[in-house]
Amino acid sequence: MRGALMGLFGNWSLAVRLARRELRGGLGGFRIFIACLALGVAAIAAIGSFSRAVEEGLRADARTLLGGDIELRLTHRQATADQQDFLAGLGRVTEVLEMRTMARPAQRNGGAPALVQLKAVDDVYPLYGGLEFRPAMSAADALKRRNGIFGVAVEELALRRLGVKLGERVQVGDGEFEVRAVIAREPDRGFSVFAIGPRLMLSQAAMAQTGLLQPGALLSYEYRLGLQPGTNFRNTIDTINRQFPSAGWRVRGLDEAGGGLRVWIDRLTLYLSLIGLAALLVGGVGIGNAVDSFLIGRRRTIASLKSQGAPAGLIWQLYLVQIAVLALIGVAIGLAFGIALPFVADAAIGDRLPVNARVDLYLQPLLMAGLFGLLVALLFALWPLARARAVPAATLMRGLSASDDTSPRFRDLLAITGVGMLLAALVVLTAPQRNVAVWFIVGALGAFIAFPALARLAMAIARRVKHPSHPTLRLALANLHRPGAATVTVMLSLGLGLTVLVATALIENNLQRQVQQRLPQDAPAFFFVDIQPDQVMAFDAAVREAGGYGLERTPSLRGRISQIDGVPVAQVTVAPEARWAIDSDRGLTYAPTPPEGTRVVAGQWWPSDYRGAPLVSFDAALARGFGVGIGDTITINILGRDIEARIANLRTIDWTTLNLNFTFVFAPGVLEAAPQTWIATVKAKPEEEEKVYRAITDRFANITVIRVKDALDTIAGLLANVGLAARVVGAVSIATGLMVLGGAMAASQRRRVHDTVVMKVLGATRRRILEAFVYEFAALGFITAVAAIMIGSLAAWLVITEVMNLQWSFPLSIAVITAFGAVALTLALGLAGTLGALRQRPLALLRNE
Amino acid sequence: MISLRDVQLQLASAAGPVNILRGINLDIAAGETAALVGPSGAGKSSLLMVIGGLERATKGAVAVAGADLVRLDEDGLARFRRDNVGIVFQGFHLIPTMTALENVALSLEFADAERPFERAEEALRQVGLAHRVDHYPAQLSGGEQQRVAVARAFVGRPRLLLADEPTGNLDGGTGRAIMDLLFSLVAGSGATLLLVTHDEALARRCQRVIHIADGAIANDTAIAA
Repeated sequence: MRGALMGLFGNWSLAVRLARRELRGGLGGFRIFIACLALGVAAIAAIGSFSRAVEEGLRADARTLLGGDIELRLTHRQATADQQDFLAGLGRVTEVLEMRTMARPAQRNGGAPALVQLKAVDDVYPLYGGLEFRPAMSAADALKRRNGIFGVAVEELALRRLGVKLGERVQVGDGEFEVRAVIAREPDRGFSVFAIGPRLMLSQAAMAQTGLLQPGALLSYEYRLGLQPGTNFRNTIDTINRQFPSAGWRVRGLDEAGGGLRVWIDRLTLYLSLIGLAALLVGGVGIGNAVDSFLIGRRRTIASLKSQGAPAGLIWQLYLVQIAVLALIGVAIGLAFGIALPFVADAAIGDRLPVNARVDLYLQPLLMAGLFGLLVALLFALWPLARARAVPAATLMRGLSASDDTSPRFRDLLAITGVGMLLAALVVLTAPQRNVAVWFIVGALGAFIAFPALARLAMAIARRVKHPSHPTLRLALANLHRPGAATVTVMLSLGLGLTVLVATALIENNLQRQVQQRLPQDAPAFFFVDIQPDQVMAFDAAVREAGGYGLERTPSLRGRISQIDGVPVAQVTVAPEARWAIDSDRGLTYAPTPPEGTRVVAGQWWPSDYRGAPLVSFDAALARGFGVGIGDTITINILGRDIEARIANLRTIDWTTLNLNFTFVFAPGVLEAAPQTWIATVKAKPEEEEKVYRAITDRFANITVIRVKDALDTIAGLLANVGLAARVVGAVSIATGLMVLGGAMAASQRRRVHDTVVMKVLGATRRRILEAFVYEFAALGFITAVAAIMIGSLAAWLVITEVMNLQWSFPLSIAVITAFGAVALTLALGLAGTLGALRQRPLALLRNE
Repeated sequence: MISLRDVQLQLASAAGPVNILRGINLDIAAGETAALVGPSGAGKSSLLMVIGGLERATKGAVAVAGADLVRLDEDGLARFRRDNVGIVFQGFHLIPTMTALENVALSLEFADAERPFERAEEALRQVGLAHRVDHYPAQLSGGEQQRVAVARAFVGRPRLLLADEPTGNLDGGTGRAIMDLLFSLVAGSGATLLLVTHDEALARRCQRVIHIADGAIANDTAIAA
């Protein structure tokens, strides 16, 4: 034990001195080592730094993004006079109304009705940040009544969709307005993943003319408070909550500004960081290969040092110091790129982000990336280091013989396990979604076990398979399993990178397919929102006349979950995957009988004539996340009133069908009297869609129409962007894999040159030698692709079916592209070295040995 | 079997072109055995390589086994070696990742010969390595590796055997055993043997001893049987 400790903590100063002497020889053999490390660290550092820059941007612009120091949001209704007075006493207040609705050109001259995000503002708006119009004018000028007509300002996209120009008129609800300006900058536009329509801004006085302020209409009233400087917004929020404990509003402070964006950034950062880490792990293979071949070349030096009395521990320290120096160089280069890349990214895509990213030098993400890099380098260097330590002094006299055991000992395995666990712990502890990080680690570990195992299986099969009669094929097949064959190295280095790419491509493809391909057979063509109860009959008739079918219609209200089983929601621990349900309003409906397609998984549906205490049917997945079940209560604030309902049954909801699904379905007898509107879905043949759209928008100015196709296009566009980012980072792992592969090929180049020359001596033509190498590399690439497709598909399948609970599909195209890509890459890299070998003059090689 | 006329070989080096062979004229008849001797750097191995088609003469005529080597391209030379020449090197030059059997069978495979592995096994049996067919070069002693190389050289029944200091890496006893084997195989097959060696005694076992000095033939002596 003492010896082992001496080995670890012995004479470091001597080790450093000796290392300095050895490093005089230069870093020539370590280019791949440094490049692998630098690339992985650069990816992680750049992703972390850019993500931090966006978060800093959110923090710095929080007041502008939120529109105040505090925001209170109510659905369906305005704050009471009491509440408004109280808020006015706390600071400056602005009231903003938002809703989705239809706008249409007043003159039918080729334009068409279009969905817009309506925003009605008062004179005080905006409290913070600048509202800019094109042409330049004040908000008051843009929106005021002039010549008897109010003005509106719209985003550029609205002009195109509506087919109107500045100065022309649009109709919103029952009101007609003049389009006076284009909104060039709206400080609190915020970030909504699924924002479907462009902005249309008008004054509150103009809003009153639209006739859209109907009871139950799906609109939100937002109150933004500007506090006196020095006032703590958290204390103010506490004061508001104490004063109006059951107001039912959603209160957000500065620290929650850009909340949706922040969640997205967190998730995207984790996703991309893990792909970056995968690249670093792929690079780890190159690091291990480089250290191994370096130390094999140093065997005589090691034996010489040992013969002069150097203990094994000193040898270990000597080379650890050298590898640490090289790792620090690799990490430093990676960090330099990691610092620079966010500046490049900001210049390229900064203006497309909803927030002003504050790109700067942030230490924390750089430290994390550096630490990941050093740990990965250490993890992969430990094994060859342990083998170097075990090289016997006798190597000097008789070379390293087969009987010399240089395999690592128990303490080395322990050290490797320890560093691996440290790396895993760091990944898990720094991840916002730890379960995803744990899955990643399990997957990475599985891949590192599976690839060598599959490579050895392929070698065993190649050994046992009947020799083909074609001699070149026979030679290529034998090359796959000979001692020193590149099979394991190629499969590990190229295979890991390919697996990352296959998995990300499959996940993206499945999500896209979910959105675009799975739906058309059964998805509705339109959602109709804000149908007033007195319009229901006329609406149904209009849909039918226009050729719409499959009409589903149901009453709709919005409410906020205020208590879970009697405990205020703020005090309940809710699982991360269920938090979305308490972060904003939820849709509610009521029904005497189970809606079509309902799958009750626990409890009983109530009798259709039920008239007892409030009962509710709840989403089973959310119930799990909330930790509630049958008989527990959920309290929902609807229009300012808390309604406590007992959970009668749980349903599984497949949100992907786009049918009318509600988190809560109440039993009859509770919500009928509340102000409400109806929502409906309608199917239509593609050629009838325009007719249905016109039929409703022409007759019902207040009914909002959402084309499912538009909504899906928005989601598909978003997925495509995320997919692109994932592919870019995934390409880093392929680039790293190629470097590792290139390094491994270069390491075997000397052997291949020798083999080629000997084959030429024995009468092989260049074509025949080339053929054998082509078969060998093509077979290697193909086997690697098959393994990568298998492992990548397994990973993607787990993510799609287990993590996301979606339906799995396997696109053959990805498999085919991967297989071709892998074969082409292996051939290109393998043959690049071999063609050089074919050109070698035999004389020099044959004479020198 | 071998006919060289004014063969010159010039190679580039850092210090400028170096004349390795300077106008060699040489005829060796089929079935003859000849030794090339001379000091290091005289051009013995280079001459052997030119005759084996492994190096292209800068000038002159090289005819071996009826083939005009000057006119053959690289692949033509490879086919010429495959069909006519067996070579044994000082450094063995076995392919380390192939078994003894695979090493010996390789040239037969290139020639698309029938039953390459059976014939290779037979060749290994002839050199006394029937029990080592599945061993890799690293698992064999130096003498055994050279026997594999000899088996490889003979397996295609070549008309010409070139040997470049075949005992240079072996101890005296092993070297003698290898040469006994080589001479008996040559005698048995009727092949022409051209042997590069520093060992005068070994050279005298051939029918002719050709002295090379400074890239030219200094002396060509017939040895009495």
